[in-house]
Amino acid sequence: MIELPTLGWQSIVILVVFGVSLLIATYCTYAERVIAAFLQDRVGPDRAGPLGLLQPLADAVKLFTKEEFFPAGANRALFIMGPCLAMITALMSSAVIPFGNVIQFGNNVFNLQGIEVNIGMLWIFGIVSLGVYGVMIGGWASNNKFSLLGAIRAGSQNISYELAMGMALIAVLMISGTLSLREITLQQSVAGEWHFWNIVKQPLGFIIFLVCAFAETNRTPFDLPECETELVGGYHTEYSSMKMGLYLFSEYVNVFVASAVMSVLYFGGFNFPFQYELRDWFVNSQGWALTSAQNLISVVGLLGLFGKIFAFIFFFMWIRWTLPRFRYDQLMRLGWTILIPLAIFNILLTGGLILGGIIK
Amino acid sequence: MQSLSNRAKKLEVKPMTLAERAYLPAIFQGLSITMRHFFRAATKKQITIRYPEEQRPFSPIFRGLHVLKRDEAGRERCTACGLCAVACPAEAITMVAGERKKGEEGLYREEKYAVSYEINMLRCIFCGLCEEACPKAAVYLQADKMAPPRFERDEFIYGKDRLVEPTAPDARSARGIQLTPEQAAALAQRMAQQSA
Repeated sequence: MIELPTLGWQSIVILVVFGVSLLIATYCTYAERVIAAFLQDRVGPDRAGPLGLLQPLADAVKLFTKEEFFPAGANRALFIMGPCLAMITALMSSAVIPFGNVIQFGNNVFNLQGIEVNIGMLWIFGIVSLGVYGVMIGGWASNNKFSLLGAIRAGSQNISYELAMGMALIAVLMISGTLSLREITLQQSVAGEWHFWNIVKQPLGFIIFLVCAFAETNRTPFDLPECETELVGGYHTEYSSMKMGLYLFSEYVNVFVASAVMSVLYFGGFNFPFQYELRDWFVNSQGWALTSAQNLISVVGLLGLFGKIFAFIFFFMWIRWTLPRFRYDQLMRLGWTILIPLAIFNILLTGGLILGGIIK
Repeated sequence: MQSLSNRAKKLEVKPMTLAERAYLPAIFQGLSITMRHFFRAATKKQITIRYPEEQRPFSPIFRGLHVLKRDEAGRERCTACGLCAVACPAEAITMVAGERKKGEEGLYREEKYAVSYEINMLRCIFCGLCEEACPKAAVYLQADKMAPPRFERDEFIYGKDRLVEPTAPDARSARGIQLTPEQAAALAQRMAQQSA
């Protein structure tokens, strides 16, 4: 049953998650440039504000004041719809991610999560799959060969890698037995028992998932949809102004969501080592109430999850400025002949280990 | 084809090993290389020179923007003999000579002086031959100042207002016209020769 305080709380959380996603995406543009610069022995943006921290603001002003360009022969409605769709789908998927454990005020218990649904993982997969429409529609509506080629590449790449990604996920679901992200998170740390994060049980599955996440978010080394050496700018060749900005933004929001999903599925989400011992210590030795100790643990866990997410975002960028882009046939071969068989093997392996009682 | 020099090396294309085909070891190697660069950039001093705040030091023999020197009494040294204009391979220097009137002894060192003296910085190749040709040690190329970029061509024609060394030492430093130690030593030496 959804009651009024819960509904109000959910709207607040969703608004906050929305804002935080956008803020992180904004500062991802800055972080990307600084990390790229450091990896290449350069300085990076340092002119706008202290340490260049106002750079995203300057970029936004620049993007907003650019000319709105519509190519001749473009389908105007679809041309506008493309980036909107990309942005909407990117933002929607973060609604079900459990960012923290429960927080209790008096008798009201609140989840640090937008919506708790028992099909959270399916929701994310469904929405992320819709994201390819933003790219496809934008590329097709541009009336440009390069855009269309980029869009086709994006479509086939996303479909190919979603298969391996889904199968890597199935192995996780076999262990957890639930699609709810909160359940999956809680299972990775149960009070009083010695539990491992899923990365220990699913190392191969994690690597497959990670590679597919790179492909799904169109990041290097799988950024063929916007491969500038071959396709000018790929699907967003004809885009300018904030429509272009929305495409770039949606990529960073996708990176954020992918990092969050990987943290939740494989790295224990908002759990951190010895959290229950810490809570009990506060209750027993310091004389705290159980609720306030739990609230503290939840807040620390929230920060911990964001730490994991930032580590993953850094990893995304680190990879981007290290590896060159794959060729398109290499990309397809990797997806279909290596990752999918590996994922199937991983499912069989997991099933065998569960039957043998080695992992549960 | 047979090798003539016997230096040709036979290249063998070996099939890739499993580690090479798996990509991952090579990826980790690349990641470690970039991470080393990341920490070097984050911890050590960066090699980048942030231009407007930091400037690369000029070479001590750098030949930059010209200056028309004054003598120790503040009088213009130039006597408008035209030797610099003759020496100039780019024909960047023009001048008009005039005779010093009574009461102007504090302004000009010699009886003849340059009424106007212009150097076209777009023509000038900064070879320093004018400096070598000058018998009065009047024209010098500063070692620490360049002709700044401008929007208009005529702004590159420097007249006496911008060439002559200012009288007040403060004004001199504000305009950045100063001699390097080497130039100061050379000037002192030439002045000593002249008085001898």
